[in-house]
Amino acid sequence: MSTKIKDATIPTIPFKARLSRWFGRNLLRIYMIFGFTYLFIPVAYTFAFSFNDSGKSNLIWKGFTLNNWKNPCGAPEVCNALGNSIKIGLLATTFATILGTMIAFAIGRYQFKGRSSSNLLIFLPMATPEIVLGASLLSLFLVFKINPGFWPTVIAHVMFCISFVVVTVKARIASLDPRLEQAAMDLYANELETFRRVTLPLVAPGIAGAALLAFSLSFDDFIITNFNSGTLITFPKFVYVAAARGIPAQANVIGSSMFFLALAIVIAGQLVNRKKAR
Amino acid sequence: MGRGFPKGTRQLVSIDPINARGDLRLTRITKSYGDFNAVDDLTLTIPKGSFFALLGPSGCGKTTTLRMVAGLEEPTVGSIHLGDTDITTTRPYQRPINTVFQNYALFPHLTIFENIAFGLRRRGVKDVKEQVDKVLNLVELPHLAERKPTQLSGGQQQRIALARAIVNRPALLLLDEPLGALDLKLRRQMQIELKWIQREVGLTFVHVTHDQEEAMTMADTIAVMNEGKIEQMGTPADLYDDPETAFVANFLGQSNLIKGKIEGNDGDNLVIDLFGQKISMPKARSHAVDNSLYAGIRPEKFRITRTGSAVRGNTLTGGRIEDVSYIGVSTQYVVAMPWGQELMVFEQNDDGVPPFNKGEEVVISWEPSFTFGLRGDEDVEAGTEVNPEETPE
Repeated sequence: MSTKIKDATIPTIPFKARLSRWFGRNLLRIYMIFGFTYLFIPVAYTFAFSFNDSGKSNLIWKGFTLNNWKNPCGAPEVCNALGNSIKIGLLATTFATILGTMIAFAIGRYQFKGRSSSNLLIFLPMATPEIVLGASLLSLFLVFKINPGFWPTVIAHVMFCISFVVVTVKARIASLDPRLEQAAMDLYANELETFRRVTLPLVAPGIAGAALLAFSLSFDDFIITNFNSGTLITFPKFVYVAAARGIPAQANVIGSSMFFLALAIVIAGQLVNRKKAR
Repeated sequence: MGRGFPKGTRQLVSIDPINARGDLRLTRITKSYGDFNAVDDLTLTIPKGSFFALLGPSGCGKTTTLRMVAGLEEPTVGSIHLGDTDITTTRPYQRPINTVFQNYALFPHLTIFENIAFGLRRRGVKDVKEQVDKVLNLVELPHLAERKPTQLSGGQQQRIALARAIVNRPALLLLDEPLGALDLKLRRQMQIELKWIQREVGLTFVHVTHDQEEAMTMADTIAVMNEGKIEQMGTPADLYDDPETAFVANFLGQSNLIKGKIEGNDGDNLVIDLFGQKISMPKARSHAVDNSLYAGIRPEKFRITRTGSAVRGNTLTGGRIEDVSYIGVSTQYVVAMPWGQELMVFEQNDDGVPPFNKGEEVVISWEPSFTFGLRGDEDVEAGTEVNPEETPE
């Protein structure tokens, strides 16, 4: 196998063939490197500029500082906006996850009239352009004489998050063997105990994933929020408004933190799963 | 509530069903799905303490029957009693009945210990640890208590599923094709082990299978099911030696069924004409309703001799060896008869007689008492087109 020993009887492979073979073997790897570079350059940029000693506008690199990280609430309004986004996100996630999980069980587990149409309708909010949803919701709230603000925003977020929760949880329920629940009932667990001890633990990873998805969708939303939040400032709204006169580096700090937090949650989830499987 | 139960016809449950013990009685059970009757007017008693097998091809209604006993389905019509207690409409968790599911259905998120403890904990049993340890020893897997089901082999999962059920000491243990997922060698081993465990724990086992060999190895009593009805019930030997229908004759092993006519009586025997040749058989073994019948003989009951040598018992002459397969313990012959039928003959290779050659003229003979008689209007192909390896319903 050694390449050092030259043996005249073994024909050498021509360079061109070797090159194409190398490409064949490594093409996927090269593609992957390009793909990840493309995906992560913006994140890296955001992270890097969170250390920029920027002053007012964070467009040009002016020198390294830790001040932004030491004082993330330094820019006016930024933490107030962040707090609002987190509050809305948590409320919307809670309601959307509970309601969506219940819908997912109904559609995934039971036969009833209108099941297939509900199944279809649940996709509609995902397919409808957000700008249309946002504008219609605003006019709906106004018709009912509800002023835009915190709670209308929460309601709007619950509405569009539910679909995603249903789809995620339903996939998990579909992969659940109904015989496991039958086995639980066979082993003296009544309906409630079966749900608590078998169904819920097995569907839980799907519900957790759905909740994470709902939170990030809610936290991130600008278009629908902009229509329905009135004077309330959320983090995306803050960044949008700030963009006109220069985004403070604190926004980068918060953005990067969110990214690392999400990464940590995913890694933790993986570790827990791996431990469970062992 | 199932359909077909007018109000007031059902007795009130007199005692708590969970404590019911005794024979299992199914009375005139029908289970319909639309126009199709998966189980059709079935009446059956399974005695306490027996190892009972429900045997039949896929779609014969055996699994539906089992699910109704477990409480996972409700009969459309009919009642199920355990001892004196009516359990027809009680929920699965109210019945003293546990099931070993086909694919084991072990809870993947719980350890083996917690899987086995599940039923005990739900019933509020005190000495959970002691009982789980005991049953783990019984199935010889005490070292796996802290593992998760996915880390176990198929055979180990099978034993844990069994342990999880028998630890509750149910009045009735249901086994739904419990060995279907195991390879042949392991299956044989588990068959013997299951039988041993049944004797050890003394519970009533009801075993559903499409594998006739499995049913015959393990069960004291077999009920052969076909199209939602019981074709015949009895000990493995009864069913094999004296099948009452062509379905049973063909589904349990192989049979040669020869069309014939009852000519008359000779003491306790019937004289039968098979294409011009006279044979006799015991009257008691004939299930014919008129004078037409099929004479049935198992392939291993036949003896082949060369034309001209002396033979005893029933004989059929004019056979010609059509095919020879040597399979070690026996040699299988296909013998073509003058009336065009091909008979299957299994000869033990234990008499030093060299095997017959293809094309040889032979005489077939057998003991008259081995003959069984089926109704002349039977479908001789019934039960033959079943592939025993196909997956059950």
